[in-house]
Amino acid sequence: MTRKHLPSIFILITMSLLLLTGPAIQAVKAEDTIKVGILHSLSGTMAISETSLKDVALMTIEEINQRGGLLGKKIEPVVVDPASNWPLFAEKARELIDKHKVAAVFGCWTSVSRKSVLPVFEELNGLLFYPVQYEGEECSNNVFYTGAAPNQQAIPAVEYLMSKEGGGAKRFVLLGTDYVYPRTTNKILRAFLHAKGITDADIMETYTPFGHSDYQTIVTSIKDFSAAKKTAVISTINGDSNVPFYKELANRGIKAENIPVVAFSVGEEELRGIDTKPLVGHLAAWNYFMSIDTKENKEFIKKWQDYVKKHNLPGGDKRVTNDPMEATYIGINMWAQSVIQAGTTDVNAVRQAMGYQKVKAPCGFDISMDAKNHHLHKPVFIGEIRADGQFDIVWKTPGPIRAEAWSPYIPDSAKKVADWTYPWVCGNCTAPKYK
Amino acid sequence: MSSLSSPYPLVRLLAALFILAFAPPGYPDEGKLEESIGHLGSSSRQEIIASVEALRQLGDHRALPALEALLDRRLRVTKAGRILIKLKTGHGMIDAVTGVVIAQQLDGLDIPVINNQVRIVLSQTIANLRLASPDAEVRLAAAEELLLHPQEEATSALRAAIDREKTTKVRRALALALALTEVAGANKERRLAALDIIGQSDNPNFIVNLKPLLAKQASGEFQEPDEQVRQAARSALSAIERHMVVVGVMQNLFYGLSLGSVLLLVALGLAITFGLMEVINMAHGEMLMLGAYSTYIIQGIFKAHFPDQFAWYLVASIPTAFIVSGVVGMILERSIIRYLYGRPLETLLATWGISLLLIQTVRLIFGAQNVEVSNPPWLSGGWELMPGLMLTYNRIAIICFGLGVVLLVWLFLNRSPLGLQVRAVTQNRAMAAALGIYTSRVDTWTFGLGSGIAGLAGVALSQIGNVGPELGQSYIVDSFMVVVLGGVGKLAGTIWGATGLGVINKFLEPFTGAVLGKIMVLVFIILFIQKRPQGIFALKGRMAEG
Repeated sequence: MTRKHLPSIFILITMSLLLLTGPAIQAVKAEDTIKVGILHSLSGTMAISETSLKDVALMTIEEINQRGGLLGKKIEPVVVDPASNWPLFAEKARELIDKHKVAAVFGCWTSVSRKSVLPVFEELNGLLFYPVQYEGEECSNNVFYTGAAPNQQAIPAVEYLMSKEGGGAKRFVLLGTDYVYPRTTNKILRAFLHAKGITDADIMETYTPFGHSDYQTIVTSIKDFSAAKKTAVISTINGDSNVPFYKELANRGIKAENIPVVAFSVGEEELRGIDTKPLVGHLAAWNYFMSIDTKENKEFIKKWQDYVKKHNLPGGDKRVTNDPMEATYIGINMWAQSVIQAGTTDVNAVRQAMGYQKVKAPCGFDISMDAKNHHLHKPVFIGEIRADGQFDIVWKTPGPIRAEAWSPYIPDSAKKVADWTYPWVCGNCTAPKYK
Repeated sequence: MSSLSSPYPLVRLLAALFILAFAPPGYPDEGKLEESIGHLGSSSRQEIIASVEALRQLGDHRALPALEALLDRRLRVTKAGRILIKLKTGHGMIDAVTGVVIAQQLDGLDIPVINNQVRIVLSQTIANLRLASPDAEVRLAAAEELLLHPQEEATSALRAAIDREKTTKVRRALALALALTEVAGANKERRLAALDIIGQSDNPNFIVNLKPLLAKQASGEFQEPDEQVRQAARSALSAIERHMVVVGVMQNLFYGLSLGSVLLLVALGLAITFGLMEVINMAHGEMLMLGAYSTYIIQGIFKAHFPDQFAWYLVASIPTAFIVSGVVGMILERSIIRYLYGRPLETLLATWGISLLLIQTVRLIFGAQNVEVSNPPWLSGGWELMPGLMLTYNRIAIICFGLGVVLLVWLFLNRSPLGLQVRAVTQNRAMAAALGIYTSRVDTWTFGLGSGIAGLAGVALSQIGNVGPELGQSYIVDSFMVVVLGGVGKLAGTIWGATGLGVINKFLEPFTGAVLGKIMVLVFIILFIQKRPQGIFALKGRMAEG
């Protein structure tokens, strides 16, 4: 072997190893299966969050197959790895619909990835189930949103913080990572706070770059800001930066009783990487917590733990369930019900059947799909972090609430209507298409 | 699991009544104490708060174990409404009212759910009761807790505690806590004295108590009618604010040094592999990651086998991380990198490939999720240098650690025979070889040293941030930035570059925000490199020309 060829050979080996270990594209088997796509990053920065969703999707599909599949056929998952690379999401989505002819796709986490695949799904008339809480301001005919809209997560959380029970906060720090989800959510929250009589002087909005790990200055400014009135922090910090932020808070002795932090991207999975003892009392708002005490949830957790054990997934008995996992589970089950009802996997027929579909969800409620805006009616829970990394539920809505795809607090979107039924047939119009 | 609605309110009430009826005589408040403890297990948080407040009024320190247990989630309620305390040490339980040890295993126990509102009242009450503790440390902590949540009900307890107190430090904290409660009171003399104490404290936490005294109503009149009180509040406020200016500068300096020391640690290894050996090592970040994962593994070993010495796992992980990263680095050098010397582009691609390989390997072994590396107790918390200026122990430790590593590297390069050979090879390889130095072996050792130092940085990073497969990716750009800014090939340059960048960044951040601050630093570096391509320190002599 000459020295000259070594590097190129080495790179070839590297790449082929990566291909072997990374995406597990499953081969096309028999004709009598229904194929569905799973589009979650299994490598790159988002792998930390999305890997679990791939696992729970495979678990749900396995469960449906054990019951006999759909329309007499087995479901065949096609797993691809878009590697936390936004343009690659669009390519992989096209591959799933065009090449693999999947009946539906379950996937995406970040809003950027969703925005990147949206044109593909609309062009090829595919069906995407998006399982993560997001900033709203979108309603596509080709997407079913099984995560929370801002009024199902962010706004109830702020209302709780302002209530006597939640500590009666008068000042708010809107702290986030600098990208579309925090920016849009904070825009809605600022408008909401204004509507509640809180002035700009009592709102501090700060952003950090992706992967920021030095929160010394920010924690100091939060502390200074909180000197005037009872303050709460609303954090839309992206998963990875949460650990340094919480560590800094804890080491400075800032406790939840003094300055509570409510986070929208921190759940059981994210807390696995943190020593939670100093974080007791900080909050999170979700539509599902692993600690919810219902029969359905116990079954769901048991199913998940059995699946982890059976397939020997990394993490073993430390694996937890969380909100986006529940949303994935609901989404796949709802899709399966619609396929049975429609008697076909045809996208238009399934979409028609999706409206009003109901699933008994792990959170203990009957969760239904809104035929008009393609979002779920979901209950909202607010939990306080416990020393064991789980949450104590301190507040919840009496029942599921309807999602608002377009926020009424932003003047431009307040006028918009998301309604895919007659006579509107539109996701973002100010007047019906059929009059 | 905890329940939001208890099915047995009646049973609980009866139990409370039963306890009331058969309370042993002797203490007049006995029944009340037991009744209030009985309500701590209520399913209604308002009821819990009411009973905690009742216990505060009773001031009976026998309620302390139950209150502490409620705060730590160790309180259990049987179906019959009996309150039990799970002991801190193990699995044993005692009855909260009688203190009797419960022998049998009990199932189906409820855990009362509390929230921040309850936690505040609880902490206040516990602090109130602890004021009577014989341990000065506990009393100090209690006084500091009362400073965070001043409450009028504590006034008499505080006065009594001050009279009893002998330790000056505790006495001062108590006086301050008392002042805070008295500022809002009715007695003018006391208020003025209290404002004086607050002004002298220099503590910015009390701005919140002073501001309302100077606020104006909507009609334009002051909320505080007494001019003298307002005057005193104003001078107290300005005293605190003067102090804050000093604190602000020192604070930024410390933050800058701490950020600088992190940058220094992550860049030091690269200063050797890239700076001295001129290998564009894209896998440098993964050496950091390996060091952090070594810490995680050592932590696991200590947790499993030496739980008594757990606090010292970090010390043990320092040599481990150095060896793990160093050995991996040496293997890489022997097997791949040595074939690529002098071909920067191919080195760049190959080391980038290695970095992907290492990331994916770690992901396959440990999973894609972050793993938990906890701060040992002696690194948790912080040291309050002066009021308002809190230096966290983990940051202080990293600054010291960074200095220590630099010192060792300097000693190694300048005082050891191998260091002499390293310097010789980097200055003039051909001449060194001619003088009998086995250059390729020196290369391996040098690369191993650089990687090992990166491993040490990984140990430090595990204490302030995430430990996950992607850990190294976020530091690679910063590391190259520091080395290039400092001047390739000079250790001193790396030190100045790292500290300078850290301090500039931290002085900019309060004005510009984190995002813009980072951009401005980058622009500054680009301009600086334009003006001085060789970095802060330039190599003199033959190398600089080549």
